[in-house]
Amino acid sequence: MAAIALEGVSKAWGDSRGVDRISFATQAGQFLVLLGPSGCGKSTTLRLIAGLEQADAGRIFIAGDDVTALPPSRRHLSMVFQSYALFPHLSVAENILFGLKVRKAPAADQRRGLARVAELLGLAGLLERKPNQLSGGQQQRVALGRAIIAEQPVCLMDEPLSNLDAQLRNEMRRELRALQQKLAMTMVYVTHDQAEAMSMADQVILLRDGRIEQDATPEELYARPASTFTARFIGTPPMNVIPGTVLARVNPGWAARLGARAAEIAIGIRPEDIRFGAADGVEAAVAGIEYLGADSVVTCALGDAVLAVRAKGKLRGPAGERVRLDWDPAATHCFDQAGGQRLAQGLA
Amino acid sequence: MSADGSRRFAANVHGWLLVLPAAALLVLFTHYPTVATFLRSFFSTAKGARGSAFVGVDNYRQMIDDPIFWQVLSNNAYFALGTIPVSIGLALLMAIWVNGRIAGKGWLRLAYFTPTVLPMIAVANIWLFFYTPQYGLFEQVLSAFGVPAHNFLGSKDTVLTCLIIVAIWKEAGFFMIFYLAALQQMSPNLAEAAAIEGASRWHFFRRVTFPLLMPTTLFVLVNAIINSFRLVDHVVVMTRGGPDNASSLLLYYIYEVGFRYWDSAYAAALTMVLLALLALFAVGQFLFMDRKVHYR
Ligand SMILES: Nc1ncnc2c1ncn2[C@@H]1O[C@H](COP(=O)(O)OP(=O)(O)OP(=O)(O)O)[C@@H](O)[C@H]1O
Ligand SMILES: [Mg+2]
Repeated sequence: MAAIALEGVSKAWGDSRGVDRISFATQAGQFLVLLGPSGCGKSTTLRLIAGLEQADAGRIFIAGDDVTALPPSRRHLSMVFQSYALFPHLSVAENILFGLKVRKAPAADQRRGLARVAELLGLAGLLERKPNQLSGGQQQRVALGRAIIAEQPVCLMDEPLSNLDAQLRNEMRRELRALQQKLAMTMVYVTHDQAEAMSMADQVILLRDGRIEQDATPEELYARPASTFTARFIGTPPMNVIPGTVLARVNPGWAARLGARAAEIAIGIRPEDIRFGAADGVEAAVAGIEYLGADSVVTCALGDAVLAVRAKGKLRGPAGERVRLDWDPAATHCFDQAGGQRLAQGLA
Repeated sequence: MSADGSRRFAANVHGWLLVLPAAALLVLFTHYPTVATFLRSFFSTAKGARGSAFVGVDNYRQMIDDPIFWQVLSNNAYFALGTIPVSIGLALLMAIWVNGRIAGKGWLRLAYFTPTVLPMIAVANIWLFFYTPQYGLFEQVLSAFGVPAHNFLGSKDTVLTCLIIVAIWKEAGFFMIFYLAALQQMSPNLAEAAAIEGASRWHFFRRVTFPLLMPTTLFVLVNAIINSFRLVDHVVVMTRGGPDNASSLLLYYIYEVGFRYWDSAYAAALTMVLLALLALFAVGQFLFMDRKVHYR
C-alpha cells in the first residue's frame, strides 16, 4: 500500500494551470522530491496533498484512505512552509507545542516531546526566545520541530532551505535526511535545485508545466533521462544535447554512424563523460574555461552548437584553440529530435 | 570661527528655517492657546465695567458644586463605555469577515467605510430623520410590529443611547480599515499552518490573530477614547444637549459655557479638565499598555 498516491489530480485557477492530471505513488518511509523549474506546479501539488487546495479532478490517497475531501487537520500530516510560518508572538517552545496544545495532549507528553525535539534539533538553549530573536537556520529548525513533534507519518516541505546560505543549506540537507530516516517519515520535499534533489531523494518527480516529466530514482534520472528536458535539468553542468545534423557535419565517423537518421536524432552526452585527445575525435573550438576548484568546465563551440566538457584540475588555454573530443559510445544518449523523448534502442 | 564650524552653523540655520513654518503654526494654534487657557482658568470672567481678576481656584471650586458638570461627565463616561467596546468589537468582526474569501468584498469594504467619509453634519441629519417621531424610519418599522410610538430623541432615557448608536455606526467602519490593514499584513501561511495542526478558527483567532492584532487594538483604543471626548457635531445637530442636559457631553458643555453664556473663565477651567483627562489616558497608555502589547 502506498503512503501517498495521486490519481489524475488537476487544479487550475481560471486560465492559470496549476497541475494537470498528475498521478504518482510513493511508499512509506521514502524521501520523495518534487523537482522542477519555477511555476511548474510543485507547490500546488504539495498543497493539494496537504488539503490547503481542493482538487478540481482526481483523487488523493494517504495510507490507503481517500482524503480528497478531508480537511488538512484530518490527513495526519505536518508541513514546513518556505517562509517557516512561525507565530511571531509565541516563544520557540510554544511554537513547537502549538499542535499538541490544540489537540490537548497531556502535559507530561508535551514536556517529553518538547525535550526530545529540542535535543534532536539543538534548540535546548533557545526555547524561551521569540522567532525574531533567532537566525534563519534556527528558525528553520523551530519550523521543523513543530512539524516533527507530533510524529505524523507524512511530512511535507516547501523549499525549506531556500532562505539559507550555501554552507548552512548543505548542513541542513544532511540533517534533514538523517532525521527523516531516523523517524522513518514519508517525506515530500519541494525544491527547484536539482543538486538538492539528487543528494536527498529516494524518488524524484520532475514536473514541467503542471505535468510529470519523469518519476524515477536519482540514479535513473541521471543515467537514463526520459527526455531532453530531464537531460538538460539534471547535472552540473547539465547534459549536452546536440542535434545529430551538427555532429554529422563536423565529424565523418558520426556522419557514418547516424547516416540518414541524423536529422531525426539528438545526441546527449554528459560533460563528465567527454575526454580530450583521440585523433579521430570530434573537432571543436574552446570558447571559454570556468575553473571550479576540483575541476574545470570548458565550453566548446561545435559548429553552431555549444558543448560543455568537465575535466579534472585547472585547465589553461587560449580561446579559439582547436581540440578533439571523444567519449565512450556507451555514454551516448539518443533522443528524438522533434519530440525530445528518449529513444530506447539507441544507435543500432 | 573655523570653516567647519560656520558650515555647521549654516546647516543649523537651514534646519531651523525649514521647521519654522510648522513650529510657528503649532505654537500659535496649539501651545499658546493651551497655556493661555490654563492661565485664564485662574481668573474671573470680565463682566461689564468689572474687569477680569485673579480668583485662584474659584473656577474649579465652582465646578465641583456644578451638578451639570457632573451630569455631563457621567454622560461622557457612559457614552465612552457604550461606544468604545462595541465599535472596536464590531470593527474587528467586520474586518475579519471582509478579509475572508467572499464574493463582492470590495463593495462590502466600501460600504463599511462610507460612514467615515460622509460629513458628520450630513450623517447626523440622516439619523435625525431615522429617529423622528411618527414618520421616522424606526417609528414606521416599529409601528408595523405594533410597538407604541416613542420619541427617541425627546426622552431622557433613550437620547444618549441614540447618540451612542450613531457614534458606533460612524466609528466601526473607520476602525475596521486599521484592522483590515493589519490582517492583510499577516501571512496566510500562519492560518494554514494552524489548520494543518487542527486548530479551529476560534482557537486560531484567540491564540494567534487577536494577539497579533494587539498593537492595532491599542492604536484604535486610543483613537476611540479621544474621539469619545471629541465627537460633538452630532450633539449639535441632533439634540443640542437636551432634553435637560441628558445628551450633553463634556466638549458640548464647554462650548455652551464659553460661547452661549460667555463665561470664558469657567469654560477655560472645564477645558483644562478635558485636557487632563486626555493626558491621563495618554500617560496610561505609555506606562502600562505599551509594554504588554508589542510582541516584538
Ligand atoms: N492561487 C493561485 N491563483 C492563480 N494561479 C495560481 C495560484 N497558485 C498557483 N498558480 C499558478 O499555478 C502554477 C504553478 O504554481 P506553483 O506555485 O505550484 O509553482 P511552483 O512550482 O511552486 O513554482 P516556484 O518554484 O516558483 O515556487 C503557476 O503558473 C502559478 O501561476
Ligand atoms: Mg512554489
